[in-house]
Amino acid sequence: MALRQCAIYGKGGIGKSTTTQNLVAALAESGKKVMIVGCDPKADSTRLILHSKAQNSVMELAAEAGSVEDLELEDVLSVGYGGIKCVESGGPEPGVGCAGRGVITAINFLEEEGAYTDDLDFVFYDVLGDVVCGGFAMPIRENKAQEIYIVCSGEMMAMYAANNIAKGIVKYANSGSVRLAGLICNSRQTDREDELIEALARMLGTQMIHFIPRANSVQHAEIRRMTVIEYDPTNPQADEYRSLAKKIVENKKFVIPTPITMDELEALLMEFGIMEVEDASIIGKKAAEVPVAA
Amino acid sequence: MSALTREETEALIQEVLEVYPEKARKDREKHLMVNDQSIEQSKKCITSNRKSLPGVMTIRGCAYAGSKGVVWGPIKDMIHISHGPVGCGQYSRAGRRNYYVGTTGINTFGTMNFTSDFQEKDIVFGGDKKLAKVMTEIEGLFPLNKGISIQSECPIGLIGDDIEAVAKKTAAETGKPVVPVRCEGFRGVSQSLGHHIANDAIRDWVLPRREGKAFEGTPYDVAVIGDYNIGGDAWSSRILLEEMGLRVIAQWSGDGTIAEMEKTPYVKLNLIHCYRSMNYIARHMEEKYSIPWIEYNFFGPTKVAESLRAIAAHFDDKIKAGAERVIAKYQAMMDEVIAKYKPRLQGKRVMLYVGGLRPRHVIGAYEDLGMEVVGTGYEFGHGDDYDRTIKDMGNATLIYDDVTGFEFEEFVKRVKPDLVGSGIKEKFIFQKMGVPFRQMHSWDYSGPYHGYDGFAIFARDMDMTINNPCWSKMQAPWLKKAEPEAEKKAA
Repeated sequence: MALRQCAIYGKGGIGKSTTTQNLVAALAESGKKVMIVGCDPKADSTRLILHSKAQNSVMELAAEAGSVEDLELEDVLSVGYGGIKCVESGGPEPGVGCAGRGVITAINFLEEEGAYTDDLDFVFYDVLGDVVCGGFAMPIRENKAQEIYIVCSGEMMAMYAANNIAKGIVKYANSGSVRLAGLICNSRQTDREDELIEALARMLGTQMIHFIPRANSVQHAEIRRMTVIEYDPTNPQADEYRSLAKKIVENKKFVIPTPITMDELEALLMEFGIMEVEDASIIGKKAAEVPVAA
Repeated sequence: MSALTREETEALIQEVLEVYPEKARKDREKHLMVNDQSIEQSKKCITSNRKSLPGVMTIRGCAYAGSKGVVWGPIKDMIHISHGPVGCGQYSRAGRRNYYVGTTGINTFGTMNFTSDFQEKDIVFGGDKKLAKVMTEIEGLFPLNKGISIQSECPIGLIGDDIEAVAKKTAAETGKPVVPVRCEGFRGVSQSLGHHIANDAIRDWVLPRREGKAFEGTPYDVAVIGDYNIGGDAWSSRILLEEMGLRVIAQWSGDGTIAEMEKTPYVKLNLIHCYRSMNYIARHMEEKYSIPWIEYNFFGPTKVAESLRAIAAHFDDKIKAGAERVIAKYQAMMDEVIAKYKPRLQGKRVMLYVGGLRPRHVIGAYEDLGMEVVGTGYEFGHGDDYDRTIKDMGNATLIYDDVTGFEFEEFVKRVKPDLVGSGIKEKFIFQKMGVPFRQMHSWDYSGPYHGYDGFAIFARDMDMTINNPCWSKMQAPWLKKAEPEAEKKAA
C-alpha cells in the first residue's frame, strides 16, 4: 500500500491532538505503520504515544546544535506505542520569532533526511489551530499531505473555523492534489450535533466521516499520558476510534471543498437554533438608544 | 547634434514609451517630462516616489540601504550592526567611500561589517537574545566605540523582534547610546523611506541625549548636514565655512561622530547639502529648537559663491565680509581652472541620472565649464526635488524619474550626449556603447568634488573622460576598413 499523508486541522482546543493520537493508536493496533509529525510550537502532538511530557523538537535540537544541518534523523525521531514514529517540529514560545518558519524547516529536514520510508502506511500532520501564515500551510503543499481531515464540533466558532480551513484547502487544491477528506465531529454534546455537522459537511461537498461521542475515559487516559486504545482497549470509546480508523483506511471520498459564505453559515446555524435571527434595527445602537428587550 | 526642440523631446518620450504594454506605458508616462521653467509645481507634470514596476530594471535600493548605507553608516565612532542574515551587511560593506579620520577597529569602524548573522534558529526562536549577546561582545572587543545602531534587515520586521527593548537594556548596561532603527528593506518604495526612518531614529534616540546640558556656544556655530564625505567632500566644504569665520561643530554624517550629532541642537544654522536624505531632521530642529536651515550647493564656483553669500546672510557683517574674502581668495584659482578646461569642454552635453541632490546640484558646475545638462533624473526623488530641478534645468530638456534601463539607453541613443553621469550599474553599458561616462555617486574613485578644491578635480576628471583618446578607438580595425563601403551602401 502506498504511503498516505494526512493533515489534521481544526479550531484551537477542539481536540485535534487527542483525536489524532487515538486514531493513530487504533491504526497501529490494526497493524499499520504510522508516523505523526506535530506542527505546533507547543509540541504536544505525541505525548500520549510516547508517555512523555513533550518530545524534544526538531527546532529545539537544531537551536542547541547550531543549525538544523547538524542534526541526524535519529536525534528527532522517537518510537512509541505500536511502533508509531513521532516527530515534533517545535518552535518558539508565544510572542517571539516565527513558528511558521519552524514548521517549514522541520518538514524540509524530515524530507531531506529520508524520514518518509517505504514501509510507512500513514503520516499524520497535527497542525496548529489556525492557518495563520504560509508556514502552517506547509503540510498541505505539493507532495505532502493529500488528505485533510478537519476536527470540529457543533459549536459556532468550530464550524466557522472549519469553513475557513476549507477556503485554505481550495487554494492549494487548485494548484496541487490536496483534497478535503472529511469532517471529524468531536462531540461537545450540543443539540442535534451530528445532524448539524452532517449538514455542514454536505454544504462543503464532503462527509462527516465519524462522530466521536464525548467520554470521560479519554481524559482518564490523558492523565496517564496514554491513548484510550492503550489505556483501556475494551472501553467502548476505543471502539469509536477503531471505527474512525477503519473509515479512514477505507475512505475514497476526496473532494475540492465548496466553502460557504458567512450568510450561508449563519443561515445553517439559525436553522439549527444555534444562532438567533438577526435584528438589523439594533445594530450599532447604544443601550441608551435602544434598551435590551426585557 | 543640436539640442532637441520641445516637440522633438515630447516625440522622443512617446516613441520610447511605445514598446511598453499599455499598463506600464500609462505608469511610466507620468514619470517622464519635458522641462518647462515656467512651471511652479512639479506635481503637475511629473510623478515621483512611487513603486517601481517589476521588470523595468530600476536601480533603486531599499530602506536598509537608505539608513545603514547612507545616513547611519558614515558615523564613524559608532558600530552599526546589520541585524539579520549576513548578506545585507557584507555586500554593502564599505560600498560608499565615506572618508574618515581615525584608526579603524580601534576608535572608528566605518569600513567594518558587524552583523548578527541570522540563522534559521534565530528566525524561528527570535533574535533578541543573540542581538544582546552581539552587543555585549562588541563592548568587550571594541571598548572605544561610542555607541551602537541596530540596522534592521527584513526578517526583523517579519518576526516582530523587540529590538527597542534590547536597545534600552543594553544602553542601560553600557551607558552608551544604542539606537534601534526599523529600516527593514521591504518598507517603502526605495531607499528614500530609509533616510526618513533613520532621521526619525536620530530625532528620538540621539538628539534628546544632550538636552539641558551645558554647552559653550558661539554665535557662529553651524552644522554641515547631509554631506557624506564621498572622497573627502565634507572636508573641502568645511574649510570654506571655517575660513569665512563660522565654527562647524557637527558633520552629518560623513566623518561624523555621535557627540557632534548630540550637540547639533545648539547650532545657530543648519546647512543642508543632501536635502533629500536629511531635510527631515533639519525640519525637526527648526520646529523643536527654532534652528533655521538652508540648502546650499558647493558644486562649481558660481554655486559656491552663491551659497557662501546665502549662508553669510544669516550672520553678521563679520561673516558677510568673510564670505567675500573667501570668494575673492579662490577667484584666481577658479579662473585658472576654467581657462584651462573650458576651451576643451565648451558646448559638451551631459545627461545625468543620480540619487539625492546631484541631479540638480551639479548642473552649475558643468555650466561653469561651458557644458550643458540636457537630461536629468532622480532615482528616489520626491516632488520637492523636482520643484527645485525645473528651475535649474534648461527649457525643453528631458527629466526622468526612476528611469528604467530601457528608457535611459534609448534616451542616450537619441540625445547623443557627450557624457553620461550616473552609477556603477550604468557605467559599463554606456561605455560599451562608446559614450564617455563618469560615476556621479562615487566620483569614480576620485574626488572630492565639493568646494573650490573639489571643482579643480571635477574639471580635470570631466576633461580626461570626455577627451580621452580611447573613444576614437571604439571600432575594431577590421571593421573600420569596411566602413566606407558600408556607408556607401547605407547611402
